[in-house]
Amino acid sequence: MIKAVPLGMQFQAEKSGIGGLVMTNMEDLLNWARLSSLWPMGFGLACCAIEMMSTYASAYDLDRLGVLPRPSPRVSDVMIVAGTVTFKMADRVHRLYEQMPDPKYVISMGSCSNCGGPYWQHGYHVVKGVDKIIPVDVYVPGCPPRPESLIGGILKLQEKIQGKQQNQLKPLLIEKLIASQMLSS
Amino acid sequence: MKSFQEMVELLHTKFGAMHFSQPKPTNPIPYLSLNAAKLGEVMQFLASDESCYFDHLSAISAVDNGLEANTIDLFYNLYSYPFNNSLMVQVVLNRETPTAPTLSHIWKTADWHEREAFDLFGIQFSGHPDLRRILLPADWEGHPMRKDYQQQNYYHGVKVVWEKPEDPTNQ
Repeated sequence: MIKAVPLGMQFQAEKSGIGGLVMTNMEDLLNWARLSSLWPMGFGLACCAIEMMSTYASAYDLDRLGVLPRPSPRVSDVMIVAGTVTFKMADRVHRLYEQMPDPKYVISMGSCSNCGGPYWQHGYHVVKGVDKIIPVDVYVPGCPPRPESLIGGILKLQEKIQGKQQNQLKPLLIEKLIASQMLSS
Repeated sequence: MKSFQEMVELLHTKFGAMHFSQPKPTNPIPYLSLNAAKLGEVMQFLASDESCYFDHLSAISAVDNGLEANTIDLFYNLYSYPFNNSLMVQVVLNRETPTAPTLSHIWKTADWHEREAFDLFGIQFSGHPDLRRILLPADWEGHPMRKDYQQQNYYHGVKVVWEKPEDPTNQ
């Protein structure tokens, strides 16, 4: 015979008694929270922004990683510098970075913001790497990088926030290649 | 629709041939060259005359011919909607103090085109209502499309030239 159980009591009746407790430290918990909802600031500077937008869109669906573009630096966690940073724009990028609350992260997307890209020699108006203005956490190489690369960069940043990746991820080998070609020519 | 030769003849009879140098009808885009002092007058005529009516200024392009020639060219591309006709006009300026009369009172679009030519080539447009830089920051030094342009070392404390990075194998 089934007895009628009051609604609040059902949960208690079905309790299994297995698990339900996670031990962690505060820092890991906070980092887990941070890496699970990386909200980038919604802005783009050049053609990399087109790839970034397609990464946000349904085909690559960045919000499955908790990445949602935000319209204001005051509510953003990560700045994706997607495109060519000109000197005129550099002051604005720096100001926007300063307006972001801590903890804040920067992903440099594409060759232009990594090291000046195709403008490295004759681009009088281009900053030769956004890391001359703001500290960069992850560099995504490519011209422009495919959406998969940007997703890879975000996963790398998540690893970095977790504390798995300590070193800077600057693609110095590419710069070394450019330098050797400059010397030989 | 007037042919290029007809327009040249019309302008020669209207303003006198001494203000024009030899036109270039065989150029891929034929153009006529005229004295900068006459520019405003001739352009006003081309824009308003019933047989020409060039009501649209498509572009103003500047060309730095270098230190040897010591000239800067200005090319005006005109287009007439009613006649479906186009004309290119050249003005040769002195490279040291390039100055041309503004055409912004004839075509509004000349305002920004002239600002661009000022920004990148340092060409002064006399009578322009608001001759400021349009692309580069207001405190930029020099005019980058000049053949002898030297880029500045720093802008707002950031080094402008690309530097060779440290050897990654040393790290």
